[in-house]
Amino acid sequence: MISNIITGKVWKFSDNISTDLIMPGFAALSRPDLSPEEAAQYCMYSNRPDWAAMVQKGDVIIAGKNFGCGSSRPASRILKTLGIDLVVAESIARIFFRNSINLGLPVLTCLNILDAFDEGDIIEANISTGEIKNLTSGKTILGEALPEDSPPMEILRAGGIIPMLENEKCI
Amino acid sequence: MGMTMVEKILATHSGRDQVVPGEYVWAKIDETNAMTDTFEDLERLGVKKVWDPDKVYCVSDHSAPPANIGTAEEVRKLREYIKKYKIKNWFEYGRHGIVHQINPEMGFVRPGELIAMIDSHSTTYGAFNAASCAIYMDAVYVLITGKLWFKVPETIRFDICGKLPEFCMGKDIILKIAGLYGTDIAIYKAVEFMGPTIKDLSLSGRWTICNMAAEIGSKFAIMEADEKVFDFLKGRTDKPYIPVSPDPDAAYCQRYTVDVTNMSPMVACPHDPSNVKPVEEVKGIKIQQALVGSCTNGRLEDFEMAARIIKGKKVHPDVRLLVIPASMEVWRAAMHAGYFDTLTEAGALICHPTCGPCAGQHLGVLASGERCISTTNRNFQGRMGSPQSEVYLANPATVTASAIAGQIADPREA
Repeated sequence: MISNIITGKVWKFSDNISTDLIMPGFAALSRPDLSPEEAAQYCMYSNRPDWAAMVQKGDVIIAGKNFGCGSSRPASRILKTLGIDLVVAESIARIFFRNSINLGLPVLTCLNILDAFDEGDIIEANISTGEIKNLTSGKTILGEALPEDSPPMEILRAGGIIPMLENEKCI
Repeated sequence: MGMTMVEKILATHSGRDQVVPGEYVWAKIDETNAMTDTFEDLERLGVKKVWDPDKVYCVSDHSAPPANIGTAEEVRKLREYIKKYKIKNWFEYGRHGIVHQINPEMGFVRPGELIAMIDSHSTTYGAFNAASCAIYMDAVYVLITGKLWFKVPETIRFDICGKLPEFCMGKDIILKIAGLYGTDIAIYKAVEFMGPTIKDLSLSGRWTICNMAAEIGSKFAIMEADEKVFDFLKGRTDKPYIPVSPDPDAAYCQRYTVDVTNMSPMVACPHDPSNVKPVEEVKGIKIQQALVGSCTNGRLEDFEMAARIIKGKKVHPDVRLLVIPASMEVWRAAMHAGYFDTLTEAGALICHPTCGPCAGQHLGVLASGERCISTTNRNFQGRMGSPQSEVYLANPATVTASAIAGQIADPREA
């Protein structure tokens, strides 16, 4: 189950963070022998090589446009393994969005999210209403929540596509 | 109210007369694929059989054949799952191709169909008038139920007009669009490519455009079917199909007209497919590697162009020119056409079908400080290897001309 309210420390990223950056081909993709934890240490290796080691469980990524663009590789799993609990971006690439929902990683789109936070601020986001608070500055902005009765919200609520299939007993 | 092509396909596949953008539907999937981790999900769930083994296609293409033990273990497991789940459509190395090439070649893709495939370039099949989108983690859902949820997307329509100049190809049209409108214009949206230039364009060029439509964020990319599509499918499939066209009163969220008259061959500079410039503005940048191939530009037309440019010339001493046909069918056709003679005489290296260097896997991964001009589809930082390497994207003519010159060169001057 995914809780409605997610609170965590914010890491800031710019536009067009590709899944090649999140899950590099030369390391994570071509090395299925690595454990998820080992593969996750290559996350953002090209653009921010010291970052993966600094992430703590419950942290949140906020980013600019087109987060997760490119390859359909399961980059959301890498972020979850690192301990990321939520991604909020100005826009989110479709396959990354879908993979995240299916892996039970909440994602929200929110225009101007980068203006509302400095890195290290504490975010509190409500994935049902889209309400996003900066607990450090007191600012509040509104993101775009998924409709409560939509298939992606049902999958997210179940914790991902595998838990949903288990619950459905259609198998 | 009229419908766009993708709306029509989503309506027929979800048992409705009409769908409108924004609503959620559950739709029947005509074709899908599976990878080792998809089958592992099935195993974990205790699922003994897939909904329809004949509609599942499997090929190992990203690192074909494996370059390390980890990948070799993955492919060994995949072969075992293929047998266990009675998947007939498996293509062993030597009879294989990159998924987006071999699926149409094997007749798995037909007009009017709804396709959901693992791999971000699954938009490719829109060149055959199919609504096709990329999936990954929900492939397991399709394998069990044969269905998938969709939010009906809004549609952007691009009308392409004007005569495509010599040495410009489908690649230049999609690079021009990425340069003009950006890599996020079509996120969550369907894209229709229409207009006289698309009608005149080769099927191979259309294939390239729908492939790289992934680079503008498209959920679906689709074109109308015509004789070029029907001729290609002849002898490859005997299943009936019903092509779709957009209604005259279909609703589009945006419409753009792109005139290609007098355009230059285009080059996407690092590290973004929308960082596009006409070739004359980037001429002279030194390169160490050049690559003609991939699911984007690994077809006969692409090697014909490369051979035409390089005939009687040599690859620059400081450059390696890699040639990577997208399938063994293309490989054999290029060999029979004599293109491999021409290319190897000039000093090119003929490889076999694999995603390989395009995804930073093997057979041409870049070292730090190296620069590659490539017909592939992405130039993200670290895509082809070292984070300190650079990839420029261009058409096969520009890539080959650059391989000869040792620096980015204009094929019109080659």
